[in-house]
Amino acid sequence: MLNVGRIEEGFVLDHIKAGEGMLLYHDLKLNKLDCCVAIIKNARSNKMGKKDILKVECPIDLLDLDILGFIDHNITVNVIKDGEIVDKPKLVLPKKIVNVIRCRNPRCITSIEQELTQVFYLTDEEQEVYRCKYCEEKYGEK
Amino acid sequence: MRHLMSPLDFSVEELEELMNLAEDIRNNPGKYAHACEGKILATCFYEPSTRTRLSFESAMLRLGGQILGFASADSSSAAKGESVSDTIRVISGYADICAMRHPKEGAPMVAAARSGIPVINAGDGGHQHPTQTLTDLLTIHSLKGHLDNLTIGLCGDLKFGRTVHSLIKALVRYPNVKFIFISPQELTLPGYIRDDVLQKNNISFTEVRHLEEVMPELDLLYMTRVQRERFFNEEDYVRLKDFYILDKAKMKLAREDMLVLHPLPRVNEISVEVDDDPRAVYFKQAKYGVYIRMALIVTLLAMKEKEESSC
Repeated sequence: MLNVGRIEEGFVLDHIKAGEGMLLYHDLKLNKLDCCVAIIKNARSNKMGKKDILKVECPIDLLDLDILGFIDHNITVNVIKDGEIVDKPKLVLPKKIVNVIRCRNPRCITSIEQELTQVFYLTDEEQEVYRCKYCEEKYGEK
Repeated sequence: MRHLMSPLDFSVEELEELMNLAEDIRNNPGKYAHACEGKILATCFYEPSTRTRLSFESAMLRLGGQILGFASADSSSAAKGESVSDTIRVISGYADICAMRHPKEGAPMVAAARSGIPVINAGDGGHQHPTQTLTDLLTIHSLKGHLDNLTIGLCGDLKFGRTVHSLIKALVRYPNVKFIFISPQELTLPGYIRDDVLQKNNISFTEVRHLEEVMPELDLLYMTRVQRERFFNEEDYVRLKDFYILDKAKMKLAREDMLVLHPLPRVNEISVEVDDDPRAVYFKQAKYGVYIRMALIVTLLAMKEKEESSC
């Protein structure tokens, strides 16, 4: 296993599906943060066979658990403070997500008024269905 | 502030009050002839819809109020690129209540969020058309006397017909309502209505292909038009448009107290020979549309005034 140095403050995202670490890096907008980020791809995992891991050294209030919960609520989140794990918050599907995904319905008002906030509500937790606040169209990829 | 975006915005109790008011307006029009004197309704129609717009305008005029507005996006500032949010903020200074139709789904909701006056969704694309649903409910309520314990046949385009979807969602809130869906294979109900609305609420329903076989069972028959604009292929439209035609022979199979409703405009899915049958109530239904809109305008304006006086 490749070793990456410990971090003082930040978070470690473990059990990311292999190959999705980079996607998560962009979805969490980590490319916009001026901090140290390690992306470990295809690490060995007893549970998953292969997995990705993200280590991010940054103030812990920068982590948006809602986005993470929406992307994959099976990811393990370790919150690090003073070099120790201080919290392992359980991810849940957020009831509402704002400006994370865009409505693809060409008949939706958001298709012509681009400045509108993109809001989706969780309408079926079991089937993981999110619907656009405005047109109620189902978000295609969940 | 209360707006009307979807027919489900009102609880069953609120709907009952609204329908009672509409019936009182129908029976005592003189009592309400000045109910909205000094008030202005703005009809902001970003796409043409003569019937709905005239129904709203008639409703406000019958209440003693006045109207202003536009009948297409070309004659509004939308043509100059103004957003719905900006338009409604301006309109809020000109009128007391607004009925908005827009081709884009969710546009009236965007307006309501920024509006200083109540906004009524008068149709947003293929999404919602709540005042049509309220019209349908009032027609059934007035002519049947109840909205529960009914067997309702819905016939025609059940796939694309938003009036049908809205009506189903509104009626599942009443006990012992059964549905019979009559449509060609290509125009059956979408899966989400079957799963999320009917099965989730344990509503009894059957799907059949032929109108004749179910006519004797029905308390209500809701006919719909097969809409040309929903088809990409003219051939499919031509093949399906005359799939069901309600005529005198089929009406003979129905019960004496069965009612035929249709959101109109009708093309040829109901033969004109049925028009004189007392069970054909679709023109009456259009008239009820004015009463329910009158009741809605009075109710929303009263709610707004109550809010303002308590501030």
